[in-house]
Amino acid sequence: MTALIQWINSAVVYGTVIMYAAMGEILTEKSGHLNLGVPGLMFLGGFAGFGSAYIYENSTDSPSGVLLILLPLLAAFAASCLGGLLYSFLTVTLRANQNVTGLALTSFGVGVGTFGGVYLCKISGNSSYAVAKLSSAAFTKNLNAAFGLGTVGQIFLSYGFLAYTAILLAVLLHFVLSKTRVGLNLRAVGENPGTADAAGINVTLYKYLATCLGGGICGIGGLYYVLEYCLGGWSTNNSIESLGWLAVALVIFSTWKPLNAIWGSYLFAQLFWLYNYFPTLVNTTINAPITDILQMIPYLVTIIVLIVVSIHRKKENQGPASLGLSYFREER
Amino acid sequence: MSIEKNKIAVKMKNITKTFGAVTANKDVSLEVYRGEILSLLGENGSGKTTLMNMLSGIYYPDSGEIEIDGKAASISSPKDAFELGIGMIHQHFKLIDVFTSAENIILGLPGGALLDMKSVYAGIEKICEKYGFDVDPKRKVYTMSVSQKQELEIVKALYRGAEILILDEPTAVLTPQETKKLFDVLRNMKNDGKAIVIITHKLNEVMEISDRVAILRRGEFVTSIDTKSANEKMLAEAMVGQKLELNIRRPEPKDEKLRLSVSGLSCRNSDGVPALSDVSFDAYGGEILGIAGVSGSGQKELLEAIAGLQQTDSGKIIFYPEKEGSEPENIIGMNPRKIREMGVALSFVPEDRLGMGLVGSMGMTENMMLKSYDAGAPVFIHKKEPEKTAERVKNELDVVTPNLETPVRRLSGGNVQKVLVGREISEAPSVLMTAYAVRGLDINTSYAIYDLLDRQKERGVAVIYVGEDLDVMLALCDRILVLCGGRVSAVVDARNVTKEEIGLYMTAGSGGGASAGKKDEVSANDEDTGKDKDKVSANGEGDKKSASDAEGGGEKE
Repeated sequence: MTALIQWINSAVVYGTVIMYAAMGEILTEKSGHLNLGVPGLMFLGGFAGFGSAYIYENSTDSPSGVLLILLPLLAAFAASCLGGLLYSFLTVTLRANQNVTGLALTSFGVGVGTFGGVYLCKISGNSSYAVAKLSSAAFTKNLNAAFGLGTVGQIFLSYGFLAYTAILLAVLLHFVLSKTRVGLNLRAVGENPGTADAAGINVTLYKYLATCLGGGICGIGGLYYVLEYCLGGWSTNNSIESLGWLAVALVIFSTWKPLNAIWGSYLFAQLFWLYNYFPTLVNTTINAPITDILQMIPYLVTIIVLIVVSIHRKKENQGPASLGLSYFREER
Repeated sequence: MSIEKNKIAVKMKNITKTFGAVTANKDVSLEVYRGEILSLLGENGSGKTTLMNMLSGIYYPDSGEIEIDGKAASISSPKDAFELGIGMIHQHFKLIDVFTSAENIILGLPGGALLDMKSVYAGIEKICEKYGFDVDPKRKVYTMSVSQKQELEIVKALYRGAEILILDEPTAVLTPQETKKLFDVLRNMKNDGKAIVIITHKLNEVMEISDRVAILRRGEFVTSIDTKSANEKMLAEAMVGQKLELNIRRPEPKDEKLRLSVSGLSCRNSDGVPALSDVSFDAYGGEILGIAGVSGSGQKELLEAIAGLQQTDSGKIIFYPEKEGSEPENIIGMNPRKIREMGVALSFVPEDRLGMGLVGSMGMTENMMLKSYDAGAPVFIHKKEPEKTAERVKNELDVVTPNLETPVRRLSGGNVQKVLVGREISEAPSVLMTAYAVRGLDINTSYAIYDLLDRQKERGVAVIYVGEDLDVMLALCDRILVLCGGRVSAVVDARNVTKEEIGLYMTAGSGGGASAGKKDEVSANDEDTGKDKDKVSANGEGDKKSASDAEGGGEKE
């Protein structure tokens, strides 16, 4: 039983990271831009959020609780937003190839984060590790103890506030996309920018906004990774990047629907942790190559979903029709 | 008619629009009244769509003035247009497939942040009831037929308050029944005081639906007349204009041998709409067979079917090889490469020139190699032969290029086309098909291409020439096959046919791939022109010999 609860706890935390990133990417892709820079954006956000928290904590004797939360949030969002802006300038305005730009952004984000991280680790005195204890405590504070619900509390209430806002965000995104004028226009831009343009929608503005906001949301995922999943620790060899790719896969898995991404992210995380908890549950042990194969399952599931969706060809389950294509206004 | 119905809705004064060196519209003045349906008639490239696109905000005129409802207007975007109450239904629908009708209709409209679909549905139903449309607001566009999408486009324009409606060749994609329904709603809208413009080149529809006809030719306004006092013959004449003397050398065909025999060919285009139905003709070595028709009558599908690039539903294409002793073969279903190797070459110049056949970033040599990449020993590429071919094409056709490695994208349009045609000729084919070979070229380069085709003809090649300019076809070709809505409406002797006759054949039926199954309309028009029949060998008896026997080349000199 304890192993099962631990499994769920790990999965929710892990799932929340990729849920944020997948939300950001869904928003971006709805505008017709396939941003493969998600891992880089998460890295940027994680690093900026962690860095601001770490520097703030160490620069004052009595840090304020509000700032401990607001500073990293703003820094993470802003840094990734800027990454998204860079991406949209290249792909919307200069019409650079989206795949190449996205991959370059991943390398860039990982590079910046790693480089800056080394510097932060250096001031901490430890060459490969730095911890933002207070900020992490603020982000992981939960209501489990207050309610005293035992197992139920352990399963549902033992996470920091960002785990719950992720779900709210997904519901909000679903609502905006399907029930509001802005959402309709955004979907039109991603489906057929020519038609949207002819209908008087500012295609460029929508693309920029979706890409920048989407980038910012990816950054929150990166921040959550550092402050809750890693308990405030920044190491020079962290694994944000692999979660980023998982998020890109999750977008396809969810067939570009935010509500699907909620349970999808938990499922992915559950499957990811299968190797660690499942053997304990059934009282066996497994060795290295098998654990690696088990960790592959989320990606395998994504491929299967992709195959099924492609065979079905149901229009509602396809990505935006002009995903990955640059938009040129027709001129003669 | 009420007073409002006679008011001028649109007044275009001295409109001129050029694209680079090409003048699309020159000094055109045109008026559209409320409560009337105006047909805008003209050949391909006569500037009809460009003129209307200046009303819908897609293009901005270089000079001239536009007045809407008596007030000077400047229309620089589609948004400006719909704010002025102008709605244009394009040939390619501007709809989003995964959206419902209602979502498409309100797309981009101002309003509250939350969507109130109920009131939108009500608004759509009101419009449908008023004019007789049949649009389900909750239906997704990708489940709709072409005619339903078109209705949706019209409802969309009306929902946005359009008072002036422009329809660009609306019946091209409709069956006769659907056309009838469309005309019914157009009449309802006209009676409601809307101003309606239909761009078309189908004379029978002009006669049926419109109150007035305005005719454009080569970008210039010719005349406008009340439909009541017009007939199809005079409209066709006004549309095609006087025959131009072009002085293209046309050697007499000699020693003609059957090369290609197409019979009963039918196929569908990529949308599944019938594009060719029951097409039959013969092509002979030593002659140029022209294929005329308004754009989209099945020219592309016909050439691609022969080249093996288009799937066919039924019919035969028999190729008669030049080599003594080899048997005629049905080439349908053969691999395109095999067909090419047998000696059937296709050079198709699409609108963007580089789209089909050449790779822009490669030089001449490499482009030559595209057709022979698998020649010689495997693995490594063999540049020698293609280099020689490129050199030969360059010298023979005077291609202006710094060297053979310069990317063809950097060459001028004429030179690009020379490379494309030159490559096909260099393989010494026995059937050479060219489509729009002179598209966008200046006069001198065009003549160079005509001369090239003439030389091929003299070599005994069966040349099939798909063109847009009737004057050129009349001067260059030996016989002309006229396609209309995917059917052969006539095969005529180019030396003894008038431009008007061809114009009538081109516009004979109700056209459009979808209506190809309806023969009645076509034959009805054949009767109209029955008096010219002696000059024409109708399809089926379209035997080359009988045609030339009957004419005996009498009027040539």
